[in-house]
Amino acid sequence: MKIHKYDTVIVGAGGAGMRAAIESTKRSRTAVLTKLYPTRSHTGAAQGGMAAALANVEDDNWEWHTFDTVKGGDYLVDQDAAEILAKEAIDAVLDLEKMGLPFNRTPDGTIDQRRFGGHSRNHGEAPVRRSCYAADRTGHMILQTLYQNCVKEGVEFFNEFYVLDQLLVEVDGVKKSAGVVAYELATGEIHVFQAKAVIYASGGTGKFFKVTSNAHTLTGDGQAACYRRGLPLEDMEFFQFHPTGIWRMGILLTEGARGEGGILRNKDGERFMEKYAPVMKDLASRDVVSRSIYTEIREGRGCGPAGDHVYLDLTHLPPEQLDAKLPDITEFARTYLGIEPYTDPIPIQPTAHYAMGGIPTNVEGEVLADNTTVVPGLYAAGEVACVSVHGANRLGTNSLLDINVFGKRSGIAAAKYSQENDFVELPENPAQQVADLVEHLRNSTGKERVADLRLELQETMDACVMVFRTEQTIKTAVDKIAELRERYKNVSVQDKGKRFNTDLLEAIELGNLLDLAEVMAVSALARKESRGGHYREDYPNRDDVNFMRHTMAYREVDDNGQDSVRLDYKPVVVTRYQPMERKY
Amino acid sequence: MATPTLSKTDEMEAAAAASPFITVTFRIRRYNPEISDEPQWQDFQIEIDPKERVLDGLHKIKWDLDGTLTFRRSCAHGICGSDAMRINGKNRLACKTLIKDINPEKPITVEAIKGLTVMKDLVVDMEPFFQAYRDVMPFLVTTGNEPTRERLQSAEDRERFDDTTKCILCAACTSSCPVFWNDGQYFGPAAIVNAHRFIFDSRDEAGEQRLEILNDKDGVWRCRTTFNCTDACPRGIEVTKAIQEVKRALITRRF
Repeated sequence: MKIHKYDTVIVGAGGAGMRAAIESTKRSRTAVLTKLYPTRSHTGAAQGGMAAALANVEDDNWEWHTFDTVKGGDYLVDQDAAEILAKEAIDAVLDLEKMGLPFNRTPDGTIDQRRFGGHSRNHGEAPVRRSCYAADRTGHMILQTLYQNCVKEGVEFFNEFYVLDQLLVEVDGVKKSAGVVAYELATGEIHVFQAKAVIYASGGTGKFFKVTSNAHTLTGDGQAACYRRGLPLEDMEFFQFHPTGIWRMGILLTEGARGEGGILRNKDGERFMEKYAPVMKDLASRDVVSRSIYTEIREGRGCGPAGDHVYLDLTHLPPEQLDAKLPDITEFARTYLGIEPYTDPIPIQPTAHYAMGGIPTNVEGEVLADNTTVVPGLYAAGEVACVSVHGANRLGTNSLLDINVFGKRSGIAAAKYSQENDFVELPENPAQQVADLVEHLRNSTGKERVADLRLELQETMDACVMVFRTEQTIKTAVDKIAELRERYKNVSVQDKGKRFNTDLLEAIELGNLLDLAEVMAVSALARKESRGGHYREDYPNRDDVNFMRHTMAYREVDDNGQDSVRLDYKPVVVTRYQPMERKY
Repeated sequence: MATPTLSKTDEMEAAAAASPFITVTFRIRRYNPEISDEPQWQDFQIEIDPKERVLDGLHKIKWDLDGTLTFRRSCAHGICGSDAMRINGKNRLACKTLIKDINPEKPITVEAIKGLTVMKDLVVDMEPFFQAYRDVMPFLVTTGNEPTRERLQSAEDRERFDDTTKCILCAACTSSCPVFWNDGQYFGPAAIVNAHRFIFDSRDEAGEQRLEILNDKDGVWRCRTTFNCTDACPRGIEVTKAIQEVKRALITRRF
């Protein structure tokens, strides 16, 4: 075991982690621990753009953006946080441009903007051009630009280090962060990083679904590390299903395709979104579009021999426009489906895309231990966190925005905390829990296999807690997950070595997914209403009287060592906008 | 058009519905110094839909047959750059190569990319690759006061370096370059591509410095224009052309 000491430790090197690192490295001695090389992070897979009311191409302002965000989140958004997001969006985009990001340009040379789902002029009148973009590789450009600036600032990275435990120590009755424990992929060695401040920026948890746009590596490691140490997870029942994933594969095809004029059609060639969202049509919010697609499929208007998908039609758009604005997604269609988007419609289906919930934080990125108390020295930003700026459904282009605004904020706040506070003494045997876990998995002779359990989990989640849910389907998921968690105790790995043991790490990642799937299902079962990405067929309406509140899920362990999920609730911050019926 | 033509999509959907599995042999170059200092080839037979990716085949092997098989991967659709490997003797991304496109009748050979030290199976030490990247100042350099709004750039100026912004640092190009195989000191195509991305960015002011770095004995002049890099690039970047443009800029000092 090695012990390292840094002022600030950042877990994860996607957009939020690197944006935080650029700030914190200037102000405090910072280490970034990342399970992947930074440029492999899934921020790079984001396509369509980053929202900011620059008003470069038409009238726009941050207040409209705030409203759209609150409405998009079906009024579960904390409105003070959404206002910060929308206001600071403008500087966040300009910061990136100054760092070198090659945005597409208007004829005047300013940053070009395009339409995106749920973003509207004057509180829903019509779509507005708010998304700042670089073709359909905006996430790639953000990831590259942030990495380039990390190189420029001399940010210190520990690549292929898996953070597996969060150290919390009680000092004078207050639970504080003392550091993290990490596993080094190359050597199998365990490292303790003592740090005054820790920022989690480790991304999402979409790999508990089968059809997903998420990378294989998005396994909720940060959420799980905090949850197991008794910290809450907020709003985990809210998961976004992006309307346009490649049929069966789930690979993302940007909403920017519809922003550029693409149309969703059923097997009769009908532009069905006109029925469901007369004003915004194909650019309604993602939860609305995904439900509409599945309604078409259920009512027998799906495409293909099994009628299990619909089409994204780009054939009416000029090939030059596709080449210039949507080069990557058209190439995906050619590579993976062998079809030509100039002339053929693209088969799509909703794909599990984004966790609205996560580690609860305030607007400075400080992690909450309950509804009001912060954990000194602990921060989170990006998809791992829940501020909550996305509420029950995130708007497209607000996640690239979120990682930049709250990555920067948490980087500044954590470094300030590091400057003003001392190290917390490490607990005795700080690496014990991780060492036990690793040894258990490496030595286990159990008969269960990681790949089997993972596939059963993914198939259960797809079948039971996707776009449509009922009490019965969620209960099925809860029971199945309990069974899988039990069987997980008998999981073993074939690779017993220390060097680059990805077999072992997949087993650990599966453990994280199982814990988080349980939290998600239990949270979803208790929310007896429909709101944003959480749609209950048995409770099809939003219920503001009983459920306009955030879910807070805690891990409880009884005297026999049996764990379970305990639910509590937190009020939503409402400032400007009273809940209204949501129409697009 | 209002009613799209469905011919090609129809065909694809029918083929997908049929999903005929075939038996494919993967011949993988294994290496684990914890077990043996000698690399060796190992064959695996799997049943797979030929429309699946080589990465799917590797996963089938790892998940069903041999958990010790080790490779890097993340996004699985050609964006993250983790899974560059030598497939049937050519550098490709395993997640962007479909089985049916590489003659599955014969064994599919898979080995680590060349020119970087193999750590285990298909995993190489990426550090020298990233060091070369860091050495070319891969970031925007400007002087003077920052503008309050964005720097202006015409669409034409933006287009000038568009091709080289697509790089995902997968190392497929650099590890396909015979000059790099023979001498790891050479910066390699990827580093030059990333220098190009800034040298030709109208907002940048450090082009001269980068050109001096690449004027080094291990710089652009080592390139022998074999076009391996251009063929290998999974992002379709005209790598050799970018290198030529940097060479030209070094001669004319115009960029």
